[in-house]
Amino acid sequence: MTPFAYDRAGSSADAIRLAQATAATHYLGGGTNLVDLMREGVATPDRLVDVTGLSAAIEPTPDGLRIDAAVRNTALASDPRVRRDYPLLARAIVAGASAQIRNMATVGGNLLQRTRCAYFYDDAAACNKRVPGAGCDAVDGFNRIHAILGASPACVATHPSDMAVAMAALNAVVTIDGPDGSRDVPLTDFHRLPGGTPEIETVLARGELITAVTLPPLGFGARSTYRKVRDRASYAFALVSVAAAVDVQGGTVADVRLALGGVAHKPWRAFAAEAALRGQPATAASFRAAAEAELADAVPLRDNGFKIELAKRTIVAVLEELTGEAA
Amino acid sequence: MSVIAEAAKKAQGAVQAVMKTAIANAPDGWIPGGVPDPLIRAKHGLVGTPVSRIDGPLKVKGAARFAAEFPLDGMVYAALAHATIPLGRIATLDTSAAEAVPGVVLVMTYKNAPKMAPPPLFMSNPKAVSGDNLPIFQDADIHWNGQPYAVALAETQEAADHATTLIEVTYDELPARTRFAEAKTNTYPGTFQGEPLLVEIGDAEAALAAAPHKVDVTYTTPRHNHNPIELHAATVRWNGDDLIVHDATQAVTHTAWSLAQIFGLKEEQVHVTSPYVGGGFGSKTLWQHQTLAAAASKVSGRPVRIVLSREGVFRGVGGRTLTEQRVAIGAQADGAFDAIVHTGTIGMTSHNNLPEPFIVATKTAYAAKTFHLDVEVAEMDMVANTFMRAPGEAVGTFALECAVDELAHDMGIDPIALRERNEPEQDPTAGTPFSSRNIVAAYRAGAERFGWDKRQAPGTRREGEWLIGMGCATGTYPYYRMPGGAARLTLTRDARVTVAIAAHEMGMGTSTAHSAVVADRFGLPLDAVTFDYADSKLPGVVLAGGSQQTASIGAAVIAAHRALVTELLKLAGNDSPLAGLKADEVAGYDGGLCKLDEPGRYESYASILGRANRDEVTVEAEAPPPLETQHWSMHSYSAIFVEAAVNAITGETRIRRVLGSFDCGTILNPKTASSQFRGGMIMGLGMALMEEAQFDERSGRIVNPSLAEYHVPVHMDVPAIDIIWTDIPDPHAPMGAHGVGEIGITGVAAAIANAVFNATGKRVRDLPITLDKLL
Repeated sequence: MTPFAYDRAGSSADAIRLAQATAATHYLGGGTNLVDLMREGVATPDRLVDVTGLSAAIEPTPDGLRIDAAVRNTALASDPRVRRDYPLLARAIVAGASAQIRNMATVGGNLLQRTRCAYFYDDAAACNKRVPGAGCDAVDGFNRIHAILGASPACVATHPSDMAVAMAALNAVVTIDGPDGSRDVPLTDFHRLPGGTPEIETVLARGELITAVTLPPLGFGARSTYRKVRDRASYAFALVSVAAAVDVQGGTVADVRLALGGVAHKPWRAFAAEAALRGQPATAASFRAAAEAELADAVPLRDNGFKIELAKRTIVAVLEELTGEAA
Repeated sequence: MSVIAEAAKKAQGAVQAVMKTAIANAPDGWIPGGVPDPLIRAKHGLVGTPVSRIDGPLKVKGAARFAAEFPLDGMVYAALAHATIPLGRIATLDTSAAEAVPGVVLVMTYKNAPKMAPPPLFMSNPKAVSGDNLPIFQDADIHWNGQPYAVALAETQEAADHATTLIEVTYDELPARTRFAEAKTNTYPGTFQGEPLLVEIGDAEAALAAAPHKVDVTYTTPRHNHNPIELHAATVRWNGDDLIVHDATQAVTHTAWSLAQIFGLKEEQVHVTSPYVGGGFGSKTLWQHQTLAAAASKVSGRPVRIVLSREGVFRGVGGRTLTEQRVAIGAQADGAFDAIVHTGTIGMTSHNNLPEPFIVATKTAYAAKTFHLDVEVAEMDMVANTFMRAPGEAVGTFALECAVDELAHDMGIDPIALRERNEPEQDPTAGTPFSSRNIVAAYRAGAERFGWDKRQAPGTRREGEWLIGMGCATGTYPYYRMPGGAARLTLTRDARVTVAIAAHEMGMGTSTAHSAVVADRFGLPLDAVTFDYADSKLPGVVLAGGSQQTASIGAAVIAAHRALVTELLKLAGNDSPLAGLKADEVAGYDGGLCKLDEPGRYESYASILGRANRDEVTVEAEAPPPLETQHWSMHSYSAIFVEAAVNAITGETRIRRVLGSFDCGTILNPKTASSQFRGGMIMGLGMALMEEAQFDERSGRIVNPSLAEYHVPVHMDVPAIDIIWTDIPDPHAPMGAHGVGEIGITGVAAAIANAVFNATGKRVRDLPITLDKLL
């Protein structure tokens, strides 16, 4: 680990000011990912500004439930309002990591998790995300966990978060503060696809800090869930995950929210599937057609072709679960 | 291999073959175990009772000191830098930036390392224990991707770690053999324990071709990495020219001898201790880190602690190699086997010799008219593969026992019935009698308890999204006992006994089980026994490997006990109630000795030693050579039952129930033995469903060197595990017992694969059985 300086911020303004000190300053949340990356030599900040002391409230606002960025994942997943109004979010969070990690991890940090691509972690491998222009060893290497949607020749990595997938489905809004003031960005626009610059993963500019995530009200949020398919029962990243909420009126899909995890460089909001479903009968055939529509542009790599069918099946199974007799 | 070496090897093989025949044909009484251990008859006492671990409280309190926990004055911390090419030479090397890091004491590379002899490769000498025989830091050569090429010593671990990242290195790369498909176009026959891994009895291919029923399929298993919870570690210091090593090892005496060879010392100049080891599984032997720590300590003049990082274990410690196995079985309509073919190829390096012996279990599993068994070696440039819990049997039983299940299904025979139909009366390839084989009884007990009769046809049992299936398989592991066992026993007048033997405690309960055995043998309570172990200065060459430590300790303690009783009878003299009795006529009882069939003839140890005016008696004795393994066919067995659920939508497999029915002789301690069985079965579950070292064939580099990405079972993957055993003593093994360290993993992957087939109707012949293979 490269030696670094450490500061603890008392407010977001304080944090943003401290972060101006050097170009290689990083904000530090729970450290459950960043510290690993520092140990591996993948992240080499010369200064950390610890933002875990900032406000960590969960409060209703006219725009929805506002979650401060320093809220711990465990606190968010166990919040009664979240469990009642946005059960898919609570389920997504507890599907991730371990209890110990969730106790440390913050909402802001969770959104900024970096990919689990093995070649990103290994400084002996070529990785455009780690060293822009170096090439990508994953394209022709072990890529079983990699992207089937929205990838580029430069990068086929996936975003590892579960929480962010649920938030993408919920139309969450990310509030960002920075040297030039504050702004709001829809979560679905917060993360970027890799294109030719996979090292740039979000719309955050230098020095900008996530201060909150707001969940707009969702009338049918109670009928929602999150399903994560993975290689062992716990403590594994998603091969495919599905966050869904559905509103069925008289056997017809009145509205639906659908997002996928483990398939792309960002939490993947399934807009095509949603569009294909609205107004359709809530049947397995409609669900399958919607899944086919979403995955129509999927591109398999050497090891991950199974994800295409797996994603379709999981979408159908989740929608059937939410619209079935028991639901 | 040169012509001369080959001829010498053949000659050696011929001598061994003659010896083997002579031992096989000798009268039982001449062979160790020919007269059963008297302890087998003693049904009272501590043996067979669930004694809690002696070391348990120490471990819970953090008071058990592991290799990386010995504090030494002036100690510095070591970190390693690992090569990133599979083959070639270091072209340029600049350590100046690393040396400039505050707190760094030394950066050692091949340029400034002391002269050292190559490490003695496992099995090249009875005490050789190195995973490979490559020279360490003597030249610029790189032999595998991940080979250490620099060690940094610093006042803190952090400074040492950081320093290794600042070393500038460039390489001249050579074309490397990293692709298995290419490597296996040029193979040679493997040898294991001095014998070729080749069995040819009759014309198996012809018998197979002629058989009315047959299965002929190929199974593949990937590389597996060792991941004991305790990282490999050593704390070392020099005392003048003497080397003291606090190691995490399953071979203290071997390590001392091997380090002595490397540093040109006398064996007694190296002192190795290893009181607690946090899991070994075959990996806690001699790899480069102990030698590098000792060399760096010598150069720097400072004591050194080295703890491999988790990635460092993946890079520098070998694991189980990959295998490709063909199994073909030909059978008559009644199920009788005409032919068993089990052949294939494994990956190995040119600097080690462990051709993953996947045919070993097949040699004794079933009766058949003909056999063709063969392990071929494909050389690859990679970290030396090594022993990993049941090397050979773990992967070999996967292939064999899946094939038996496939044949049973094809023939419409219950797979247990097919196995019983082919149960051999004697060792089917060696021809020797079995010392103790109760696999059929184990199957019957297991099947009844598990509810095997409720198994349905493949793909017919469904609960919601889940397809449910049952599978079974046979596990097996040989009874070994290596030469060199010896022990010292000291009995004091206050009726306390101390056992001294250079054995090991890696968490399996050695000191607990053997303290109980010694207590019973002496007729003393458990707290009267002190078990001194894990120190190379103690008697015996005892490897905690091959599940043979139990037998090795047992045979040594029997020999020492007999010598001690002889001495006591001499001291007792003619005035004792024991007068005139021989050692074989008495037993330890109630703090003294009594005549076996006449307990009234008794004298206490205190009385014998008191009358002789002695405070204590000490004897040291060697175990007899382990000829029993060639006179009888000696093995442990298990019948493994699994109920698996496979998600029809996602292909996810979850194991719902597991039962292991074991036949391993006397179970010395049900508590610690159960843990061994259970741990082995969990490891088998991981092997079946998730474990895989991802070896990038472009670079020869393992790309998932972390427990986040290299999956082993988590708690939620592991159901309740039911364990039963026959508890039938092996009359020819010390204490009637077999070691139980490795048997647990064997058969499990096959039972799971067979259960997955029963659930889904799909055969997955390539481990691990991940969900993509079941979609």
